[in-house]
Amino acid sequence: MNKLNEKAAALLQEGTVKLIIGYEQGTEKPRPLFCTVPEDASRLIFNDQCKNNLAVYLTKKEIIGDEKIAVIATYYVMKSIVQLDKENQINKDNLIVLTVDSDGEVIEFNDYQEMEKYADEHVPAPDPKVVAMLEKIDNMSREERWAYWKSELTKCIRCYACRAACPLCYCNRCITEVNCPQWIDPWPTPLSNMEWQINRVMHMSGRCVGCGACAEACPLDLPIGLLTKKMAMDINAEFGSSDDGNVLSTFNPSDKENFIH
Amino acid sequence: MERFIIQTNQLNSWLKKIIESVPRVLAPVNDGTKTEFRQIKTVDEVAYDTLTTTSSVKAAAFPESETLFSYRKEGKNTELTQVSPEAYPETVVWRARPCDAIGFAPLSGIFNWDYKDSLYNARHAKLTVIAFSCNTCDDYCFCTSVDGGPGSTKGSDILVTQLNKEEALVEILTEKGTKMKDLCPDCFKEADQNIDKESVLAKIPVKFSKEQVHDFLSKAFDSPVWKQQSARCLGCGACAYVCPTCACFDIQEEAHGSRGRRLRCWDSCGFSMFTLQTSGNNPRPTQATRWRQRILHKFSYMPDRIGEYGCTGCGRCSRACPVDMNIKEHLISIASISHE
Amino acid sequence: MNENIYLPYIMVIDKITVEAPGVKTIRMRFQNEEDAKAFTFRAGQFAEYSAFGEGECTFCIASSPTRNGYVECTFRHAGRVTSGLDRLEEGATMGFRGPLGNSFPIEDWKGKDLVFVAGGIALPPMRCVIWNVLDRREDFGNVTIVYGAKSVNDLVYKDELKEWNERPDVNLVTTVDPGGETPDWKGEVGFVPSVLEKVAPKSENTIAIVCGPPIMIKFTFPVLQKLGFADDCIYTTLENRMKCGVGKCGRCNVGKMYVCKDGPVFSKVQLNELPPEF
Repeated sequence: MNKLNEKAAALLQEGTVKLIIGYEQGTEKPRPLFCTVPEDASRLIFNDQCKNNLAVYLTKKEIIGDEKIAVIATYYVMKSIVQLDKENQINKDNLIVLTVDSDGEVIEFNDYQEMEKYADEHVPAPDPKVVAMLEKIDNMSREERWAYWKSELTKCIRCYACRAACPLCYCNRCITEVNCPQWIDPWPTPLSNMEWQINRVMHMSGRCVGCGACAEACPLDLPIGLLTKKMAMDINAEFGSSDDGNVLSTFNPSDKENFIH
Repeated sequence: MERFIIQTNQLNSWLKKIIESVPRVLAPVNDGTKTEFRQIKTVDEVAYDTLTTTSSVKAAAFPESETLFSYRKEGKNTELTQVSPEAYPETVVWRARPCDAIGFAPLSGIFNWDYKDSLYNARHAKLTVIAFSCNTCDDYCFCTSVDGGPGSTKGSDILVTQLNKEEALVEILTEKGTKMKDLCPDCFKEADQNIDKESVLAKIPVKFSKEQVHDFLSKAFDSPVWKQQSARCLGCGACAYVCPTCACFDIQEEAHGSRGRRLRCWDSCGFSMFTLQTSGNNPRPTQATRWRQRILHKFSYMPDRIGEYGCTGCGRCSRACPVDMNIKEHLISIASISHE
Repeated sequence: MNENIYLPYIMVIDKITVEAPGVKTIRMRFQNEEDAKAFTFRAGQFAEYSAFGEGECTFCIASSPTRNGYVECTFRHAGRVTSGLDRLEEGATMGFRGPLGNSFPIEDWKGKDLVFVAGGIALPPMRCVIWNVLDRREDFGNVTIVYGAKSVNDLVYKDELKEWNERPDVNLVTTVDPGGETPDWKGEVGFVPSVLEKVAPKSENTIAIVCGPPIMIKFTFPVLQKLGFADDCIYTTLENRMKCGVGKCGRCNVGKMYVCKDGPVFSKVQLNELPPEF
């Protein structure tokens, strides 16, 4: 991590950036770190335990301000930045993206093509537990699936940690915060909890990068990351990936409308 | 206070009697990778192997959502129906922690200062808390820094302390506790006066002085520490919801045509829209201002106003936080700034 | 208050007046005679008004405590609950939970001159205490009212403004924002703080009561200070977001105070002690 600490300290020392968002060691696992002075840089770490998706801070004006900043990106952070950029949420001129490779070398990306190429060459191995669960649910009947999700989502307390941890949930007023009309009852019930998760997942269609930050964030360890993961897989299978938008908001006149009766 | 000994192998007999007599018994139950308070029907459901639950036990007196009243519209008229306190079940919490039990003091303080909240009081009156002392702790615990402790009896009706593999000390603190003990009179024998429970309790060193924190906070409104500490905070409600003393709530309406109910549900001062006014003005527009409010409310405003601190040192907020906002760490940091 | 502090009284709507575009006054009475007889309140207190099916909304009690048999609230149609209230007709029932909060210390103001400064939809809390004062006119000295709105049409209580204007024992100055005047407008044109400066009420033995949007208050306080008003002679009523109204839900907690219980009426001395979170 030496090279990372040195590079970060140098960027701050030279005044190239006003802030570096990276990871430091937390109580039990890595957590986000915000470096504003060179001394902070010595706390930076980078390893495969770094699970928080730092891209979530890139849409927070009160954190990033109007000046140049840098972010130390994991694979998922890079993918999120690409998606946020597609959605016009990134000021590219003000963002330096760095990563650390397996030899501890610091890479600074010159453009997002370079970053995407690096990401494609360093796709993390799928988590076998997640793969197993997805298969298990796939093999359930509709009734079994409904019972499974109902039993899990009944436990949800609507803390919205899932929403808060997701870099792509950046709506100023979330649908659950709209009361005119009250789309989703804001208090926890099996129905409204399911409505919330279904809605959240639908709003992720074609946008979710599969980072699992939502699942990591859930204080009750509800398997909500499976929903977004499966959604991402299904969308990819149905529509492939798209350069100019996402399935939720992209259409063309030749789209089938045979579901409208 | 009365002290008794119960044999470890009798604990389940006692619990069985409680389950038979009391409509609702809540206990820590393993649920996936987490442990939470759930209603139990058999003694085998109880989880004894985890230090503590993810959420506190406050829901027993202050549920995630509860009806304030129902209404029915008929023509131009409206009829209101209240929830009868008889509808709230008698409840026993088995194996709460001392840091859960202590939480009822600030909660009762909030719900009774000046106006009396009859719903909370009715539920709390029907609640008996059987807490178990902590023989171990983890890195997040700091009860001793906020006047609590692994063997504190504050707020419980009964405190059980495992002395060794065979025996547990049972301290009966209230009449409610006596009633529970009397369900299984053969289970107990008088305890020797010299029993020292301190020696089996977890060692939790005091990390900061809450008075020091309190004094610093009275001058700390404009300190840069709030922005620094809150930078990584995502503004979710996990910390408030799992906290034994957080009582902020929202009032909502559930309408189905001409009938419906008004209810209250948990809310958090950490949410961005908590103080948002209809005009669009938000007195706490940044996460830094909201983090400041959390700490000031718990360690300055509440003690000044109702004589209770809003923190039991249970560490649940820190364990639940997606970005490790470790409150013990933050408070130690605040206490050390106060020295400068 | 009911034993269940969240349970509202049922009220019957007697009269609805359209004050301005989007602004209505509802006059309501207690459905239950006993509730009506037992009810009292003081000027400055507020209540939570229910449109059953939508929720509750916080408004001051806009009528004066000197007038029995009814209470009034004035509100702008802005969101879910106010839309629900807006849909109600005369004869319909609604809810009233109150009185809540503290009140203007008008007993302390006996014998003094009073200056009321209000903007837009903030006249209702003033109106309550203005009528309270006018109904006990001989207890107080000079009464000056400076009231402004965005435009002529946005002025509320138009009939009462006329009445106050015609009274020889009230000095009423109305103003509209630049651009809000009509060709036949005879009042002032300008923002409330600058009009106040122009009116320049004397500060000796005078109490100033201010209510308006945060931006108006921000510019009015310096004017009052310039005119020589000490902080303990300036009062205002705060409009933080409130839900329970009884100091429990936490929403209106500002410093050690709860706007719903320790306020909403505060003197400037008390405001100075509060963190700037209102």
